[in-house]
Amino acid sequence: MTLKSVLAAIIVVGAVVLAGFGYYAYYPSLPNVSAAERPTFDAATVEKGRILAAAGYCATCHTAQGGQPYAGNYAIETAFGTIYASNITPDPETGIGGWSPAAFRRAMQQGVNREGAHLFPAFPFDHFTKMSDEDVDAIYAYLMAKVAPVSERTKENALPFPLNQRILQAGWKLLFVNFGRYQPDPSKSDEWNRGAYLVEGVTHCGACHTPRNVLGAEEKGQPFAGAAIDRWIAPALTAANPSAVPWTASEFARYLETGAGIYHGIAAGPMGPVVHAGLRELPASDLAAIGLYLGDKVGAPDTGPAENPAVVASLKAGRPDPTYRKDLGERLYATACAACHYNASQIVEGRPELAINSSTRLADPTNLIHVILDGVDAKDGTGGVVMPAFRHALSDTDIAAIAAYLREKRANLAPWPDLPAQVARIRAEGAGH
Amino acid sequence: MIEFTINGRAVSVDVEPDTPLLWVIRDEIALTGTKYGCGIGLCGACTVHVGGRATRSCITPVSDVAGVEITTIEGLDPKGEHPVQQAWRHLRVPQCGYCQSGQIMQAAAFLKDIPNPTDDDIDAVMTGNLCRCMTYNRIRAAVREAAATLRGEATNG
Repeated sequence: MTLKSVLAAIIVVGAVVLAGFGYYAYYPSLPNVSAAERPTFDAATVEKGRILAAAGYCATCHTAQGGQPYAGNYAIETAFGTIYASNITPDPETGIGGWSPAAFRRAMQQGVNREGAHLFPAFPFDHFTKMSDEDVDAIYAYLMAKVAPVSERTKENALPFPLNQRILQAGWKLLFVNFGRYQPDPSKSDEWNRGAYLVEGVTHCGACHTPRNVLGAEEKGQPFAGAAIDRWIAPALTAANPSAVPWTASEFARYLETGAGIYHGIAAGPMGPVVHAGLRELPASDLAAIGLYLGDKVGAPDTGPAENPAVVASLKAGRPDPTYRKDLGERLYATACAACHYNASQIVEGRPELAINSSTRLADPTNLIHVILDGVDAKDGTGGVVMPAFRHALSDTDIAAIAAYLREKRANLAPWPDLPAQVARIRAEGAGH
Repeated sequence: MIEFTINGRAVSVDVEPDTPLLWVIRDEIALTGTKYGCGIGLCGACTVHVGGRATRSCITPVSDVAGVEITTIEGLDPKGEHPVQQAWRHLRVPQCGYCQSGQIMQAAAFLKDIPNPTDDDIDAVMTGNLCRCMTYNRIRAAVREAAATLRGEATNG
């Protein structure tokens, strides 16, 4: 073979491949329909669409901060640059008002817009392709019937060349997307399949919870293994999840309905709107189905976690140390007495150590009670210093408790009997000075 | 008439003998740096020095202090440069500030008795001075820093 013929062969093969790719990548523009030409849908379908649009939390990405609902221009920051979500209100010029149900299905299920251009996979058509035509049509019905048209042009994406070439997205799809509706697993229950249909389709959980490869596609080999998203972490939804108590079917369902699990955290960060502007709109049966499917991914039995050792240990560790309130006298001593009557390694002059004081060691508590009630005048005791009088500050019970603490805990002597009554008696005698 | 010395100044007050010392300091002598907190000697806001010892003035009858030397926050240091006050400012201890004169007077007296306190010592003595802003960690740090200054050690400040 001559060099010439090799080159010719390469050119021919290249041209064939290019033509094939062109054929694969080409989608025609679909007709622009007027509002009058759009089909009408019954109220039940529109309502179903509202719930499904919530379950897909479409508004979260299709609404800019402070912007009109679904009017787009929410900036999605990707590793490749910023992509602005499109306006999906029924505005005919800047939104999708001119789209037919067929055009909307093609966008959702194949990632191609009405004009025939490939959409960037920031839009999770790789999940929505699993959705039934009926469900996609219901979302269409909702958007057209219930969302106010807003005239707002979508900003240009900030993507570098050649990533901004939409034709190349066809190659990305060829490599990474399995197009087609959800196929039920006949070995599983109807409820499990319902959960799988929702999770893999409209709720697109894997879009955040499955790690992505260098080209931004979900790693098929690591479903729900956890990933970084919007400067937060979407934890694994598998047995690798680090929760002390494994996520179970009922915990998933509860979390998606209320935003919090009893044995798990709350829906915060990017997960906040997923629950609160989204999945919780689904009927309880659907949330239970999602729980069943995700619970199966984790693989833990749906049993009551109250006896889980991690739960028991955490509750035990968090219980306050009750010693500080075991003894009222000790507590009062700490606040009312220790400022003066505490000594470190040695007894300091002027800081009387009360456990060795005779008033604590006498068989009768009278002297100690007198001093606590009425203090010490500057003329008495250590001349020039005083002890305050607790007569009007502490009750009989309080003073009895302090005395009992000193006597029993500090001096380690036999308890004084009837202390509160003795305090009351001495108090009634009036101030000692 | 009851006579005593306050911040180096001789005073004579004409009040009922069981009037709390705190009332006399604030209302008769008009030194308002000392604060009224609980009124029952359990919060420490009213702490002054009586004969050099930290004393809860709200439950001390004025008759008990006749003839003695009293120091309030205004008299702790002529320029407000007592090491405890310096540490207080340096570490920005106060939040609302209501308890601080009592805290400072308590700490100043405490460090004379126990110049090299452990954190346990600080907790034991300072527990009677409540801070509703919960600045206890900074109070503890300031007491440690003031202790170091008073011992003549260099601080990292």
